[in-house]
Amino acid sequence: MTKRLFMKGNEAIAMAAIEAGCRYYFGYPITPQSDIPEYMSRELPKLGGEFIQAESEVASINMLLGASATGVRAMTSSSSPGISLKQEGISYMSGAELPGVIVNICRSGPGLGGIDASQADYFQAVKGGGHGGYHIIVLAPASVQEMYDLTMLAFDLSDIYRVPAMILGDSVVGQMKEPVVPNKRPATELPPKNWVVRGKGDGEQRVVKSLYLGDGELEAHNWKLHGRYQELRDKETRWEEFMLDDAELVVTAFGSAARIAKTAVMAARDNGIKVGLLRPITLFPFPEKAFRAVTERCKRVLDIELNAGQMVEDVRLSVARDAEVFFYGRPPGAGSLPTPEELLEQIKKYYV
Amino acid sequence: MQQVFKKPVSLKDVQTHFCPGCHHGTFHRIVAEAMDEFGVQKKTIGVASVGCSVFLYGYFDIDVVEAPHGRAPAVATGVKRARPDAFVFTYQGDGDLAAIGTSEIIHAANRGEDMTVIFVNNTTYGMTGGQMAPTTLVGQRTSTSPYGRNQGKDGAPIRMAELLAQLEGVGFSARVAVNNPKNLMDAKRQIKKAFRYQVEGKGFSFIEALSACPTNWGMNPISANERVGTEMCDYFPLGVFKNAADL
Repeated sequence: MTKRLFMKGNEAIAMAAIEAGCRYYFGYPITPQSDIPEYMSRELPKLGGEFIQAESEVASINMLLGASATGVRAMTSSSSPGISLKQEGISYMSGAELPGVIVNICRSGPGLGGIDASQADYFQAVKGGGHGGYHIIVLAPASVQEMYDLTMLAFDLSDIYRVPAMILGDSVVGQMKEPVVPNKRPATELPPKNWVVRGKGDGEQRVVKSLYLGDGELEAHNWKLHGRYQELRDKETRWEEFMLDDAELVVTAFGSAARIAKTAVMAARDNGIKVGLLRPITLFPFPEKAFRAVTERCKRVLDIELNAGQMVEDVRLSVARDAEVFFYGRPPGAGSLPTPEELLEQIKKYYV
Repeated sequence: MQQVFKKPVSLKDVQTHFCPGCHHGTFHRIVAEAMDEFGVQKKTIGVASVGCSVFLYGYFDIDVVEAPHGRAPAVATGVKRARPDAFVFTYQGDGDLAAIGTSEIIHAANRGEDMTVIFVNNTTYGMTGGQMAPTTLVGQRTSTSPYGRNQGKDGAPIRMAELLAQLEGVGFSARVAVNNPKNLMDAKRQIKKAFRYQVEGKGFSFIEALSACPTNWGMNPISANERVGTEMCDYFPLGVFKNAADL
């Protein structure tokens, strides 16, 4: 019999990380993700791992950088303002081709904002929140089960492509409890980490760095990184399609907004409205081809987000040329989660 | 015939980019000599910071991770926790360690991380062109203190070796210089002590190394070297400020 557990989304992330072989966690408390460092501080010492409550978000991402450079699986987690502080380190890890998993259980901003769920960190996550022109892998879970599964996937993709990976959740998926089947690690073939620093021994010196000063060196390095981002676009996009076969309006949303949108879509179907849901699971790489394919046939898209409009830009760039894209969003704020009834009204408004 | 002097094996046989009269090259050499004497080259992971010292992987024949500005002690913490058998050291300048990286150095030291920090203090930001550092002496003119450092506005220079010595987690803290043969010999002795702390697993060790920066001080190498022994040593006294295990 398959074991099912009832747990919080944040706990599912921590449990999956450990199952994926993560033994090093570096973090700093911030609501609404503190369950993750609490879980790690309790479990990692039992497994011979290390938990450090760092002095800052800046220090914790750099501890992750150092541990990752030695080849181990390591993770940090935070929430929006803390992720802003980590951006320096994320840029350096990207430049140095270091894997590592970063969890952002988003809260509302800008600034201190509040602890309510928000999707206003989309731009920061998918457009390279730090300096220098890079991307990280961004996975957007919509359920506690996906918090578990995508965390495990994040470790694998990050190791395979040597690109940091982010779980972009929010306080809804982080704090709610659902049943989870704790799947064992998939038997993914991982490339050998023949680049890690280990003390050179009798081998050649290895340097993990992002400084390239020779003529043409940095440009070549950047083209290599961008080639990898293209490879991610070609091979690793993930999305969910729901009731799209005969849909005359495509609703799109990610993460917890997609949960609410799905309820609205089902209610619309009950009203005879032919509407379906296309839910991006990877936000980078963005499922451009899925949007293109579905909008070759269905020309109307309603994008729903817990912000004032961010992913909608990527949707507009991805859809067929003559498709119309509409947006409905609620910028961050206490109680700003839309109800399914509210979204049903929007679906009716754009369904013709 | 007995060979009595040779290039340390931990150093590569290359020319450095350092300016004439700069003390980085000398510090590189005695750090490498200490590495050779403890036989740790093959298990060393160095952490390079930003500024003139970032190129240490071009000179030391060891594995190296590059850290963002000021973050070397945090990067080294991650390295050492993941690879406790490695010999881990950071090599940082004063702008790096005593300004943007004060949080990282104080907390890594306070945790008693089993690592060695070599802190090269030349009272200025070298690579960016000689701006005021937290260690710039009162009255010293730099490109951002053109009227001289004003203690009332800019604060007094920070004495890191004394400051860190007060933390429980610090095993060893000393300030050294290489401006004359006597100080150089002593500097090497203290660096070896600092290394022994880590080799014997006795905790965090810190070496503040006073260095000349002739280019940014606007001095010739000889006058710059003299300034280390006079003005700098007056404010930043040489000595051992903590030796908890009495090595």
